[in-house]
Amino acid sequence: MIYLDNAATTMRKPDCVVKAVTEALTTLGNASRGAHEGALSSNRVIYRARKSLAAFFGCQKPSQMIFTNNSTEALNIAISGTIDAGQHVITTCLEHNSVLRPLYRLRDERGVKLDFVHADRKGCVDYADFERLIRPETRAIVCTHASNLTGNMLDLAIIGQIAKDHGLLFIVDASQTAGAFPINMQEAGISILCFTGHKSMMGPQGTGGLCINGDISVRPFKVGGTGVQSFLTTQPEEYPTRLEAGTLNGHGIAGLAAALGFLNETGIDRIHAHEAALAKQFYEAVRDIPGVKVYGDFEAEERCPIVTLNIGDLDSAIAADELFCSYDIAVRAGAHCAPLMHRALGTEEQGAVRFSFGYFNTTEECDAAVEAVAAIAGTAI
Amino acid sequence: MRKKEKRLIAAFYTTHDAMAFEEFCQEAGAEGRLIPLPREISAGCGLAWSAPPDGEGKVRELLQSAGITAQHLTVLEV
Repeated sequence: MIYLDNAATTMRKPDCVVKAVTEALTTLGNASRGAHEGALSSNRVIYRARKSLAAFFGCQKPSQMIFTNNSTEALNIAISGTIDAGQHVITTCLEHNSVLRPLYRLRDERGVKLDFVHADRKGCVDYADFERLIRPETRAIVCTHASNLTGNMLDLAIIGQIAKDHGLLFIVDASQTAGAFPINMQEAGISILCFTGHKSMMGPQGTGGLCINGDISVRPFKVGGTGVQSFLTTQPEEYPTRLEAGTLNGHGIAGLAAALGFLNETGIDRIHAHEAALAKQFYEAVRDIPGVKVYGDFEAEERCPIVTLNIGDLDSAIAADELFCSYDIAVRAGAHCAPLMHRALGTEEQGAVRFSFGYFNTTEECDAAVEAVAAIAGTAI
Repeated sequence: MRKKEKRLIAAFYTTHDAMAFEEFCQEAGAEGRLIPLPREISAGCGLAWSAPPDGEGKVRELLQSAGITAQHLTVLEV
């Protein structure tokens, strides 16, 4: 199979990740649930991973790097834990449902007001809109670092400065960019950074987290066992315990730590350069195929290695199925959990076919995908 | 059963602090190990650092250098 669905998850993981998870499966006890060597081994793996991830993202306090199962969980914790009834939030039309649904829920349950920074037909925003939408009751700007549909990126430093100037929380969904681009919370003025471990971080599924800056108080999203202060009837207040009820995914975190080691050793710039070159090669080849329409802004200096397209009026699901059944090429079709972005692009009905490139893809695979798109376009239109 | 002996016990607010202190002590070559939190300190659960009983000054120094606040620091028979 030619796997070009890396924006959904990087299916092939570095060997060191496989090794770390395999080893963890037979050596790690339950962290914080005992003082024997098995439990301590797990504690040490998690402690070191926490420290490394905090350093990777510029989170000043490692204890405020909270492990979660994925970005969605991190975003739910960040959004529901900091925004109160009657407050106002600014977000964008680029967002994934992992941002939109937690916000819609706050709107419906707490009367939180929402405003959206709109995207044009290329998926681009006007940064001045963020400032224009600020009201006295605005509490936060919540936005993605990059659209999972088009690969277009937002400039975090610009938005972070606006948030800082107006005393707002700046909550960032880095699902598509963590591990692919350098992100420094301090430089970008990020209050809470939410990430997943299984995409560009190249770690196992079921890993992710949020990094909390400074003295921000985030209410626990879930409460329960912590391995400490057992007779307390409420969740302990100290981070990270405050937000980490229940057994952590120690096996996955061991893999995520190994993945981070791989990223640091290989160099994320080098990894991104390879992925970007493949995406560019693919884009340059498919953009002129008759009937092919590519979405997004390809003039931007930086973008995720994503090329999303449609072939004539062909249902994106049929196109993706044809790519898989006839060419053994795995891509993503449909709505990509990004309803507002589809509305902006005018692809609500058709959906779109997303090709997303990873470090282990090759130029030959890229060529094969181009040929497949050309062949489908030649027969379907 | 092992015979009880006097030890200096440091308890922490979080497991993260306990792990950070273990790492700091190991790097500093300081004697001690993590043990289950003795019930004399708290009826809850968790980890505590067990060090030689006459090492309070050294442990305080290490805690300060590591930037970690101990919830309790006391000599116990464990």
